[in-house]
Amino acid sequence: MSEKRATTGPLPVVPFLKIPDDGEAYLEGCLCTRCDAIFLGQRSVCSKCGARDQMETRRLSNEGTLYTYSIVHRSFPGVAVPYVSAIVDLEGGGTVKGNLIDVDPNPTKLAFGMPVRVTYKDALGRKDCDGNSYLSYFFQPRSQSPRGSR
Amino acid sequence: MSDVYVLGIDMMKFGRFPSMTVPELGARAALMALDDAGLTIMQMESMYCANLGQANGMVGQRILREIGQTGIPVVNCANACASGATAFREAWMSIKAGLFDLVLAVGVEQMGRGLLGGGGSNGISTEGLLGSGTMPAVFAEAGMEHSRKYGTSLEQFAKVSVKNHHHSTMNPKAMYQYETPLDTVMNAEMIAYPNTKLMCSVNVDGAAAAVLGSERKARELGLSRAVRVRASALTSDEWQERDLVMPDINTCTRSAAKKSYEMAGVGPRDLDLVELHDCFATAEILHYENLGLCRDGEGGKMIDAGDTVLGGRIPVNVSGGLLSKGHPLGATGIANIYEVSMHLRGEAGKRQVDGARMGLAHVFGLGSACAIHILERVTQ
Repeated sequence: MSEKRATTGPLPVVPFLKIPDDGEAYLEGCLCTRCDAIFLGQRSVCSKCGARDQMETRRLSNEGTLYTYSIVHRSFPGVAVPYVSAIVDLEGGGTVKGNLIDVDPNPTKLAFGMPVRVTYKDALGRKDCDGNSYLSYFFQPRSQSPRGSR
Repeated sequence: MSDVYVLGIDMMKFGRFPSMTVPELGARAALMALDDAGLTIMQMESMYCANLGQANGMVGQRILREIGQTGIPVVNCANACASGATAFREAWMSIKAGLFDLVLAVGVEQMGRGLLGGGGSNGISTEGLLGSGTMPAVFAEAGMEHSRKYGTSLEQFAKVSVKNHHHSTMNPKAMYQYETPLDTVMNAEMIAYPNTKLMCSVNVDGAAAAVLGSERKARELGLSRAVRVRASALTSDEWQERDLVMPDINTCTRSAAKKSYEMAGVGPRDLDLVELHDCFATAEILHYENLGLCRDGEGGKMIDAGDTVLGGRIPVNVSGGLLSKGHPLGATGIANIYEVSMHLRGEAGKRQVDGARMGLAHVFGLGSACAIHILERVTQ
C-alpha cells in the first residue's frame, strides 16, 4: 500500500489511520470475504479462517460504543493521568482501543455501551526523534443514536 | 502410556535479590529441587529452563555452569507468564516420548519494579495516547468486561486480594505475610480502575525447579513423596473478534481447562485445591468461571461466599497467589506446581488443605499462552 500525504503534514499514529491528501482522516480495516472477520489495517491472510488473498479494504465507521474500559491513574513518567483507556466496538465492525476524552474519568460517569465518536487530533504534542508530529485518533461521547446500540 | 511423576520440587522464598545473577537464582532453586528428590545433577538427562528477562541469554546453560556441566540437552523457554509451566510441560513431554527418565525443569526471573507493559511503537510512544498497554489496565479492562456482563463490583474484585494476602500469612516463602483488610485494599492507590495497588501482583525475584521422572524411575526410587502428573495442557488464543486490541484471557484458559480435565478424566469437582494466575485481582474471578469452579456469572458470588478461602469448598491460591507470594514471571509456573505438590504430599504446614488428593495449577501468559497441570497424590 502506498500512502499519499502532504510531505509537511503529520504522520499517522498507526498504519490503519489514513490521511488522504484531500479529505478527512479515517480508520481503515479489511474484511475477509470468506468468513466476514474484520481486521484493522491491511493484511493478506485471515487469522480466523486461514483464507489467503480474500481481503477487501473497508473504511471503518467513526461511530461506535464503549465495550469496556479502565481508568488509568498510574502510567509511565510523562503520561498525563488519570485518563480512560477504552475498547470501542465500531458500528459495522472492527474494535479499536484508544483514549476516551471529554469525559469525567470516573466510573459513575461511564456506561458500558455508551455511544462514542472517533475524532482525529494531534497526538498530544508527541514528536518522534526526527521532529515529526503525528495525527492520532480519540474517542469522545456522542449523544445516543435513535437506534440505540446496547 | 505410563505416567510422569514429580520426584522433587522446590522454590526459593520470593523476594528481591539484586546482588544475585539470574543463573545464580536458578541454580539455587535447581539444587533445592535436586535435594528434594534426593538426586544430583549428574543423573539429569535433559533440562528445560524458563526465563523472560534474558530470553536470548542461554540462562539454562549458565545455570548448568553453576551446578554441573554434564553436556545434557538444554532448551530455554520463553512463553510470557506461562514460561515456567511450559518448561515443566516440555520436560513432561520428553519423558512421555520415552526419550528420558529424569529431567530437570527450572523457572527463574529477576524483575525490576514498577509497571509492566506499554510503550513500544515505531514513531512515538502510544501509552496514554491510544489507551494503555500497561498490564494493570489490560487486566482491568478484562475485569470490566466481566462487570459489564454480570455486574461484578470493585468490592468483589478487592475481596480476592484480601483472601490471597490472608493466605500468604501462612506461607513463609511468600514475598509478603500480612493481612490486608477490605477497606485497605479498596482505598489503596488506584493504579488502573478497578485494580488498586494491592490488587496488582508483586514484582519479585525468584526461582523454582522440579525434577520429573518416568514411572519406571519413580518406582525404582520409591514413590512415597512422588506426585503424579495427571494432565498437562497448553493452548494459544483462538481468533476472537476483539483480540487484536483486547487480549482475551478467557478463551485459551477455557480450552486448556477442557483439554486437561479430559486428559485426567476428572472434572472441577474432583479438585481439592487450585493455584490460578491471579496476576491481578480482576483475573482471579474470571478464572473461577474459566476453570469451571463455578458457573458463568457466579464468580463474584463465589468470592462473596468464601468458597475459595482455605477451609472453603475449593481453596484457591492458598500460597498467597501472585498477589502476595509474588510473580517472578519465568518462575511462576513452576512455583504454582510446587504449591499444589506440597499439599498433595501433606507438607504445606499451616496452610495445608486437609486430605488434598488432587490439585490444579494454572498460568496465563498474555499474548497468549495458557498452561494447566492437574496433579495427584500417589496413594500407597
